[in-house]
Amino acid sequence: MTNIDRVRGALPIQVTLEFARSEFVLNVDLRLPGTGITVLFGTSGSGKTTLLRCVAGLERAPRAIVTVNGSEWQHDGSVFLPTWRRPLGYVFQEPSLFAHLDVARNIRYGLSRGVPSAQASSISLDSVIELLGISGLLHRKPTELSGGERQRVAIARALATQPQLLLLDEPLASLDQARRQEILPWLGRLRDELKIPMLYVTHAADEVARLADHLVVLDRGRVRASGPVSEVLSAINPLVVLGDDAGALLEVRVAEHDRSWKLVRVAFLGGDLWLRDTGLPPGQIARVRVLARDVSIATERPTHTSIQNILPCVVESIATDLEESQSLVQLRCGESILLARITSRAVASLGLIGGMPVWAQIKAVVLVD
Amino acid sequence: MTAWLDHESVETVFVTLKLAGLTTILLLILATPIAWWLARTKSAWRVPIASMVALPLVLPPTVLGFYLLVTLGPNGPMGQLTQAMGLGSFAFTFTGLVIGSLIYSLPFAVQPLQNAFEAMGERPLEVAATLRASPWDTFLTVALPLARPGYLTAAILSFAHTVGEFGVVLMIGGNIPGKTRVVSTQIYGHVEAMEYAQAHALAAGMLLFSFTIMLVMTWLNRNPMRALS
Repeated sequence: MTNIDRVRGALPIQVTLEFARSEFVLNVDLRLPGTGITVLFGTSGSGKTTLLRCVAGLERAPRAIVTVNGSEWQHDGSVFLPTWRRPLGYVFQEPSLFAHLDVARNIRYGLSRGVPSAQASSISLDSVIELLGISGLLHRKPTELSGGERQRVAIARALATQPQLLLLDEPLASLDQARRQEILPWLGRLRDELKIPMLYVTHAADEVARLADHLVVLDRGRVRASGPVSEVLSAINPLVVLGDDAGALLEVRVAEHDRSWKLVRVAFLGGDLWLRDTGLPPGQIARVRVLARDVSIATERPTHTSIQNILPCVVESIATDLEESQSLVQLRCGESILLARITSRAVASLGLIGGMPVWAQIKAVVLVD
Repeated sequence: MTAWLDHESVETVFVTLKLAGLTTILLLILATPIAWWLARTKSAWRVPIASMVALPLVLPPTVLGFYLLVTLGPNGPMGQLTQAMGLGSFAFTFTGLVIGSLIYSLPFAVQPLQNAFEAMGERPLEVAATLRASPWDTFLTVALPLARPGYLTAAILSFAHTVGEFGVVLMIGGNIPGKTRVVSTQIYGHVEAMEYAQAHALAAGMLLFSFTIMLVMTWLNRNPMRALS
């Protein structure tokens, strides 16, 4: 058994598709983990929604193998389980609640039809309703709910069927910024408290940073990268696709508060960062994003600068960005990887090459949860 | 109304209501699969079938009635078939009248239903499928309830249109008192016989009926949810 086979053995979801659409040809061969959130990330037209619909059986790719936890949902033309026979939950971009039923009956619609099999995840509906904070809404009509509330009900309804796989197609895209912020924590709680795997489609980098355990980057129907989120995010090439959203994701622990300046020091595998004190308690684990566009590089330790976060790093690799004037530089900082987007002229004039020690100046650090 | 309506006219009112009621019920059943198919299919047959369903909208009723008479009559293909089956010919019978009304009012049932099925889109059906509902289950528990306003419109229009038919009834029904004579043909009969008072009574009743239908329809369009709940 090779290493790759062993890794694949632990990845019980297979999605292999060849599907020609008018805008792109979807051609993927993925093995995905059976726990946590797998984010399918890509711009519109990358094929991520089509991929999700094929997994659900809402679209039928002529050549496809879809296997989930050992059961075959599709095998080319010979096996094709219709959607209603697949033990999945699906959350659409728009909440799509049944307008003729109230909230409780919307949720019960899935509950009464889901057949809890021996290996069902045995999600307690009461706890889901509790978890999503909708217990007070059960007797309302969908028209009497806010967009965010509707989407939370749609998630509860999808979970009521005891799915073995939860599919979410940009569940936050139809909501405004405030509503998105309202739902994101609920999704994080679902990830932490439910044991079922989720496939989550999005084009928003902040959702990747906040929710992803495993990340698949799609570009015009092809997989540019697939792997644990921290690995994928610190590799350069798929990140070029992310454009302005390229950046490193770091797990940090709150170390110290500077009350007089309202700042907080957080430690990560590679150094310390100062950021705005948002009231996190000492010892709290959090995720922060350092966007590539907020990182600049100096070959000597900068002095007399307003930048508060300056870290010693080693240049790992350099790639030309989609725009040739820009370069994306991968920096190793202790055990962590940072990315810097600088001009290609700066790369040349500083003489940056792999293995060179440099200083990373970080203009901004964003706390994601 | 018996004070100023003779016995025969009262009879025609009952025949009319029976005809319109039966036609409406049968039409809703018949039109459902046709409307569903027209709303969902991508087949090349969609346009010709849709045109055929809509044909009674533009076809002169007497033409429709004439062909029905020829087809259902004792020497027509359908007439021969029904006679061979021991059912006799449907020409000049109440059954023949129902068949004629079904065809004549078909577009008034199909089009509101088709609109309702199209308006709901694929999404509710897809949602139901992801919640483990079989296609039949989905139709009964999602599509039908969501199409309720369409069914109400279809029922009202089919009923009203059947009540108002004249040409088809005259051709296929034969205007037999107590069997196939309806209000519209009775009014004509009264006028022919110079019985203007009787004609007035029936005509005024029809006017009131039609106005009520339009009133209800307009009101439904403005606020369909209130009328349906």
